[in-house]
Amino acid sequence: MSKKKEVAAKPAQDKATSVLHEIMAGDPVRIALSVLLGFIIGAIFMVVFDKSVVKAWANFGSDPSMALSTVWWTIQDGYGALFTGSIINFGADSFVTAIRPFTETLRFAAPLIMAGLGVALTFRVGLFNIGATGQILVGLAGSTFVATRLEMPIIIHMLVAVFAAVVCAMVWGMIVGVLKARTGAHEVIVTIMLNYVALSLFTYLLREPNLLLEEGGGGTPKSDNPDDTARLGLLFGPDFQLHYGLIFAVLSVIFYWWLMEKSTFGFRFRMVGHNPSAAKAAGIKVENTFVWALAISAGFSGLAAANQGLSVDGGLTTSIEAGIGFDAITVALLGGSRAGGVVLAGLLFGAFKAGSATMQVAGVSPEVLGVVKALIVLFIAAPPIIRAFYRLPAPGIKVIEATQKAKEEKVIK
Amino acid sequence: MKNVEVTPGMFSSATVRPSLKTPITLVVASLVVLVFFGFLGKAGDISFVWSDKREALQLPPFIVNSMFFCTIVGAVLLMIGLLSVALSIRGTRTPVWLIAIYSLGAMMALLGWLATEATQGVQMIFILSNTLVLAIPLIFGGMAGIMSERVGVVNIAIEGQLLTGAFVSAIVGSMTKNLYVGLIAAMIAAALLSTVLASLAIKYLVEQIIIGVLLNVLVIGVTNFLYSAWVDDDSINLNFPGTFEKLPIPLLSEIPVLGQVLFNNRITVYLMFILVPLLWYVLFRTKLGLRARAVGEHPLAADTVGINVAKTRFWWVTIGGAVAGLGGAALTIGNVGSFGREMSAGLGFIALAVVILGRWQPIYVTLGALLFGFTIILKVWANQVSPGIPVDFITMVPYLVTLLAVAGFAGRVKPPAASGQPYVKG
Repeated sequence: MSKKKEVAAKPAQDKATSVLHEIMAGDPVRIALSVLLGFIIGAIFMVVFDKSVVKAWANFGSDPSMALSTVWWTIQDGYGALFTGSIINFGADSFVTAIRPFTETLRFAAPLIMAGLGVALTFRVGLFNIGATGQILVGLAGSTFVATRLEMPIIIHMLVAVFAAVVCAMVWGMIVGVLKARTGAHEVIVTIMLNYVALSLFTYLLREPNLLLEEGGGGTPKSDNPDDTARLGLLFGPDFQLHYGLIFAVLSVIFYWWLMEKSTFGFRFRMVGHNPSAAKAAGIKVENTFVWALAISAGFSGLAAANQGLSVDGGLTTSIEAGIGFDAITVALLGGSRAGGVVLAGLLFGAFKAGSATMQVAGVSPEVLGVVKALIVLFIAAPPIIRAFYRLPAPGIKVIEATQKAKEEKVIK
Repeated sequence: MKNVEVTPGMFSSATVRPSLKTPITLVVASLVVLVFFGFLGKAGDISFVWSDKREALQLPPFIVNSMFFCTIVGAVLLMIGLLSVALSIRGTRTPVWLIAIYSLGAMMALLGWLATEATQGVQMIFILSNTLVLAIPLIFGGMAGIMSERVGVVNIAIEGQLLTGAFVSAIVGSMTKNLYVGLIAAMIAAALLSTVLASLAIKYLVEQIIIGVLLNVLVIGVTNFLYSAWVDDDSINLNFPGTFEKLPIPLLSEIPVLGQVLFNNRITVYLMFILVPLLWYVLFRTKLGLRARAVGEHPLAADTVGINVAKTRFWWVTIGGAVAGLGGAALTIGNVGSFGREMSAGLGFIALAVVILGRWQPIYVTLGALLFGFTIILKVWANQVSPGIPVDFITMVPYLVTLLAVAGFAGRVKPPAASGQPYVKG
């Protein structure tokens, strides 16, 4: 019976992977158009829900130029504040304060890039790993234990803490892989469930006085600050908050690129992602590949965890995860699962995080960036929308080929 | 050996030996109750409080020694477990009502053990009625999940549909001062959101899981923005809908305990009572449902006999969205009375789990949702009685149960065969 099912599933599956490949092979023009459209719609949201604009438009008959100029000023205020908050502050009185916004963008981008690489890796293997949240939480438990409970010399302490985060996260990711390989459980459900289990587990660990609870702490689950020896040091002195997490991010990007594009390991990953049956026929152990892919992917999430846990001020709570695990999915999708793309996507979303505060000060709800972010990735992931909007021609050949193939297979059956 | 339905409700039968995993799980769990809660349990008394102080008819609280009670319950559970083993060996599956009785017993033992010597006792009405109310969004979300997965579309966007329903019902309900308008608006809005999922998944063949995840992100983004830029400044007029009146059903609501729990509720709860059996009936006893399931199991075969696969999928997913919108409304105008940022807080993902736990069958899914509702309220309640074990472990249980179910440790879990696969008409 299962054999029959496989046959029936095949054409549809091929079709689905071809769409996935289309998403990943996103051409720069379409990505640029998606980003542009996302910002335009975001601007519309900003304008429509701005009180001064609404007031000016109520008097449109008496003063139309005023109405139009408030629209312009609202958009300029909003996106201008985003720019000053995330790239360069031209109004600053010194060089340091002028470039500080960009270093903030880098600081926010680092964990997004690391976790995003993890999710991207599983996309390349044809898996949907939405468990970065849980892997980060478990990694945080590991690094925080090392950073608050063990005593070691400076630098070594930090490296051991990072290592602990990576190992804990990898074990958590391996559970998904083993369950998938042994029982065929779908990784989406398994990772969602493990996210919740990890949250409960982490909360418990933070409550436990012998494990992570802060010294003299009471009912609230909160840890001590990591020891000074274990902290990720500041990169450019006290003027900037940017820390060594960025170095780890750069190293993991290089490692990811080497792993996926240059190593035999990565070749196997990609092969399984393109066509698991062909990979199996070629002698690749598909199940083992799943386990390794999920473990290595979780290792990247573990680095993101270390970045968060070892740079915190005033102890950890469960909020330290800051939605990075979920953002990582969008980063990976936007970046087309390639090293370079993930870096750019991580920088864009990092800029959004860095610019939020200045937008708030400028009187524009920074939440609009959440809309922009979602729209951009939606447009990238659903090529038909953006093609319809800009009246672009369909890529044609690829899709038609896939349809043709699906038809043929059906006929044969 | 005996003929057993391979996929529940499909009336297909094959010779399958029922797995021993479920019975063994039951036996092991009953031994845990018997040994840890019973023999090694706490010495104090438990008092089960059955009546609200406001009720006319007061039942006396049931006071019993903790060790004694848990030993008795543990023994009964062990008997059920052994019965289930015997049934499996003879080739019969353990009936669901037996598992339901088992769960009820295990729940009582757990509650009793946690609340041993607690001054306020175990307030049964509080726990049971909150279990039901908290499970409502999960049940509606689960029904939405069933409706789209049964026709072969994976719906990860339940979370977004719930949040849409919650937001729109609160805003429209406040603006029109009419909660029923709010309820209908919530259903329409969530259904519209579902059409995006449906058309992208069915017509444009975009990967369903990706679209689902992104729709969630989009709804979270939009509701967060609207909340902070628009609603929050004027919450008296925009976000103060209140809740539906409680409508006690005459006579039925007078029944002690059960009447209070089941028949003194808001309209959202009664809608659930109607919708769940209705969906079961439509899915498994009508031509419409048979067609829908055929599309989800084998679209090519369905197409061959003249069923329009794309159309069937589109409408089931869209109407499923409306049902999820109802669940979102149950969060705001059916329970809390106002909208809060990201208030669905992962319920949509739990609903996904519940769909699997309940094997894509409305009645079982409802039972699964009640299990999750129970854990949510248990976490709140257990914090008050300061139990011997950390609450976080109790919170984990339903997720672990789902994990075990997905991994095949507790019986066979088999999704509709074509779930998640786009269909290209040949």
